[in-house]
Amino acid sequence: MRKLTGLKVPGALLATLLATSAVMADPVDDTLTINGETEIVVRTAAPEHLSGAMSEIMSGWLFREDDTRIMQADDFDNPGMIFVELAEDSWNMAEGSNGKSCADCHGASADMSEVRPTYPKWNETAGEVRTLEMQINDCRTNQMGAEEWKYTGNDMVNMTALLASVSRGNVVNVAIDGPAQSTWEQGKEIYYTRYGQLNLSCSNCHEDNYGNMIRADHLSQGQINGFPVYRLKNTKLNSAHDRFKGCIRDTRAETFSPGSPEFVALELYVASRGNGLGVEGPAIRN
Amino acid sequence: MKFSVITAVAAGFVASAAFAEDVAPTAVAYTEGAVSQSLTGIPGDPANGRVILGDNGQGNCVACHQITEMSDVPFQGNVGPMLDGTGERWSEGELRGIVVNAKVMFEDSIMPAFYKTDGFIRPGNLYTGKAADDTFGPLLTAQQVEDVVAYLVTLRE
Repeated sequence: MRKLTGLKVPGALLATLLATSAVMADPVDDTLTINGETEIVVRTAAPEHLSGAMSEIMSGWLFREDDTRIMQADDFDNPGMIFVELAEDSWNMAEGSNGKSCADCHGASADMSEVRPTYPKWNETAGEVRTLEMQINDCRTNQMGAEEWKYTGNDMVNMTALLASVSRGNVVNVAIDGPAQSTWEQGKEIYYTRYGQLNLSCSNCHEDNYGNMIRADHLSQGQINGFPVYRLKNTKLNSAHDRFKGCIRDTRAETFSPGSPEFVALELYVASRGNGLGVEGPAIRN
Repeated sequence: MKFSVITAVAAGFVASAAFAEDVAPTAVAYTEGAVSQSLTGIPGDPANGRVILGDNGQGNCVACHQITEMSDVPFQGNVGPMLDGTGERWSEGELRGIVVNAKVMFEDSIMPAFYKTDGFIRPGNLYTGKAADDTFGPLLTAQQVEDVVAYLVTLRE
């Protein structure tokens, strides 16, 4: 009964509030074509598993300012592409005790366009869900005889940017059933858990309040189809796990670590919320 | 059970010995979500409350709430309801209860509890991402809560 007190908002005030929200909050109505040729799905119907939660999924690109969106539409203007070029060199360079490069087994990086959209993905041999980073390190240690890369280190994030960039034009399509289901369920539970002293879940901001403002921050749906993202804030590429860590830190919580089982599960779940959105990496964000 | 609660309250008092008269975060008494008793017994300072509401290192209430009277503070968010006229819609005790822990009144509220120290999942040490240690305290002090409430009651249409 006490809750009714919350409705003591005069009608006029409520109208003002709604009008204000509409002005400062809506994602833009825009389409993204990279280099004038590759169309990216930035808005589409939500996957079935989100029924009841949201009907439409939107890329974070739609929540950014005009100049940021324009910058991402041309690879010459996209600062993230510098790191893609570095990774292309790495792709073709033999490393490790077996003297092999990525290209020796996989061919041209451009032929890898089917990979990024399906990760994280169940690996039958290993009996676990693997992120792209985990698979890259498996290749390095087992196929190349090379050192592992640090999970969120420059070499690794650059390589994931390369693999994302060649997948642009394809849509995210991670499997959530079969052997991946229990990991997906774990990720879903994390997504809806309210962490930290601020007592906030991912869903509190990115499901219940996308489009609204927290101070100067325009809340998006928290989609990760654009990762790794070049952030104007820190002028470097950022992996999804680094962003998860930042978000949980900002709830005044003890975070999980990049590459941890919790973040692998969360990545699978959050990726699945974007099933149907175009791969955008390296996207540009605030 | 009662014994452990009393112990916790006593520990709270010891931890803030300088403010021994403050109601500890674990000892706040609610009536339907309202907290009628002052946390400090010292009247709140509305001018300081206004500062706390706008400062992103203190309450940062404007991160989620718009307040026309504070239009000098830029980038006010809109996740929570606008606070204009809030002093007419709510009693002082209700406002204190909402600031201390809004979820007592509104179970599903997104609003953080500003005077609470227990019941969190993976509480951290400020914004470091590390685990909380023995310096863990409420988001606002008892007197800061009183100052915020003193400002909120002045907001009238």
